[in-house]
Amino acid sequence: MHVPRMDVGIDRSQPKEDVMTLPNDGLILVVKRDCPTCRLIEPLARELVERGLLAGLYSQDDPDFPAQLEPTDDRHLEASYRLNIDIVPTLVRREDGRETDRTIGWHRGEWQNLTGLKELGAGLPNERPGCGSLSAAPGMDEALQARFGATGLSAREFSVEFPEDEVEQMFDRGWTDGLPVVPPTPARVLRMLAGAGRAPDEIVGQIPPAFDDCTVEKVAINMVMAGCRPEYMPIVLSALDAALDPDFAWSGLLSTTMGVGLTVIVNGPIAERVGMNWGMGALGHGNRANSTIARALQLIAINVGGAQPGGVDRTTIGHPGKYGLAFAEDETDGAWEPLAVSRGIATGSSAVTLFANCGTASYCDELSRDAHSLNRSLAACLLNIYHPKSVGDIDAMLVLGSEHWQVFKAQGWGRADITAALHDATRRPGADLVRGVGGIGTGIEPEQADSDVAKFREDGLSLVRAGGRAGLFSTIICGWSGGAFGSRMQTREVKS
Amino acid sequence: MNQSTIILDPTAERSETMRARITPPPSLAGLTVGLLDISKPRGDVFLDRLQSRFGEQGIEVRRYTKPTYTKKAPDEIAAAIAEQCDIAVEALAD
Repeated sequence: MHVPRMDVGIDRSQPKEDVMTLPNDGLILVVKRDCPTCRLIEPLARELVERGLLAGLYSQDDPDFPAQLEPTDDRHLEASYRLNIDIVPTLVRREDGRETDRTIGWHRGEWQNLTGLKELGAGLPNERPGCGSLSAAPGMDEALQARFGATGLSAREFSVEFPEDEVEQMFDRGWTDGLPVVPPTPARVLRMLAGAGRAPDEIVGQIPPAFDDCTVEKVAINMVMAGCRPEYMPIVLSALDAALDPDFAWSGLLSTTMGVGLTVIVNGPIAERVGMNWGMGALGHGNRANSTIARALQLIAINVGGAQPGGVDRTTIGHPGKYGLAFAEDETDGAWEPLAVSRGIATGSSAVTLFANCGTASYCDELSRDAHSLNRSLAACLLNIYHPKSVGDIDAMLVLGSEHWQVFKAQGWGRADITAALHDATRRPGADLVRGVGGIGTGIEPEQADSDVAKFREDGLSLVRAGGRAGLFSTIICGWSGGAFGSRMQTREVKS
Repeated sequence: MNQSTIILDPTAERSETMRARITPPPSLAGLTVGLLDISKPRGDVFLDRLQSRFGEQGIEVRRYTKPTYTKKAPDEIAAAIAEQCDIAVEALAD
């Protein structure tokens, strides 16, 4: 079966050193033994050679096929790449170094026209489809482009000589987050770029904390290293755009003594399209997209932005979320307003939301069956994030589990109702929070003792739904300093 | 065996410039000291004390404040310190 290739405007004639030379004029035939149609037309190849009509004959898999005709060995597929062969057999006519005609497979009329031999293949069937070219196998085009063509890539190249191990070399160079990374070979980076639809040299922004320019190519390189697939590219680029918003304060996240990672939440059809997990174990391990999308952003910060742990990244203790946390929202229940929609993205559109992540805390209430009880119960846990006496400057994201959502839904509560109730239930008398109260030195100023104090700013508490169907659990993602003087959650539409 | 793998540089490929630290002045007499408060809680306590001690020695002090410790200092503050001060002290933490 023919596999469509992702042609990104490659100049296949671009020479590299030791480039092979194709005949400038005449007919060129490309075949492979492992193709019934190529074997069918083997006598015709012999006839063309005997008549002196073939300027070039290339065999993709066997230099002894067609037998006795001494074809050029094209097992390295350079000729097939330069001739842009998708199907074998392919018969090409070239004049003055340019292709003027071609036919694929076996079609008697076309072969007769191309060769000028009116009786050619008279004993054969009228037509037979060809087979897929080895040069058109999935991923092969980029591999051949990297080897033989002009890649359009500009990143500095490093050659890792056998028996050196490229993964170990990347550890030695400090290019990782502590986990192994996939070697960013030119072929892999080209495949990744095919998912971008943007020029490799386009600058997407300046990555903190060093604020160096980052190109689409550098994004692709780090995505390869993180283990991403090309189809994640629109999500990563949109997330990067969100991270670079000054209001997100990414430089602060990357350099603060607190332990802050990224939370990437994906909404809309692209989540399902790239296979993201919003169900069982969504915030955990096991899903490639969930595991690699935020990791790619963190690698970009380390490698392009210079956010080396222990270097500019001054996190005192850190936490596992520094590797990056990504998940999709469960949008399977139409009664629930998705996070992105609540933030102004049109229903049905794809979007990505970025939220600072100072760590997650599991929350368990398996007995509350009433919305008011569950709300008070959730509020009791939310009051403790950062510090029970800390108010007003730390945001939180509540990841509402499915069964907890069912408790609220049964009484007609939606996103807005739950959020408002949680705000109400997390207000506390200032007198309980003043410095020194309870024998605890930290707290609010004594002047606020008579106030009724909100735990969260008006937009400091967000809700998202994820997780498996069973289990009366939710999870709290602790944010960082929020609002105008900290990191504001960012949402971007993902266009693909 | 002659195998090699090409890998691409994931970094910004910056050329790092090493700058020597300036030599500490032998005396603060006649110099202007900038005190930068990054708006961390209680950073002002430390800077107030420094200002008091510098004042006792007759050293001129100028105070600057970042709007928030979560973001880098606005360029105008950095430029003002560079133009108006000989040395600076930054209170980093609470």
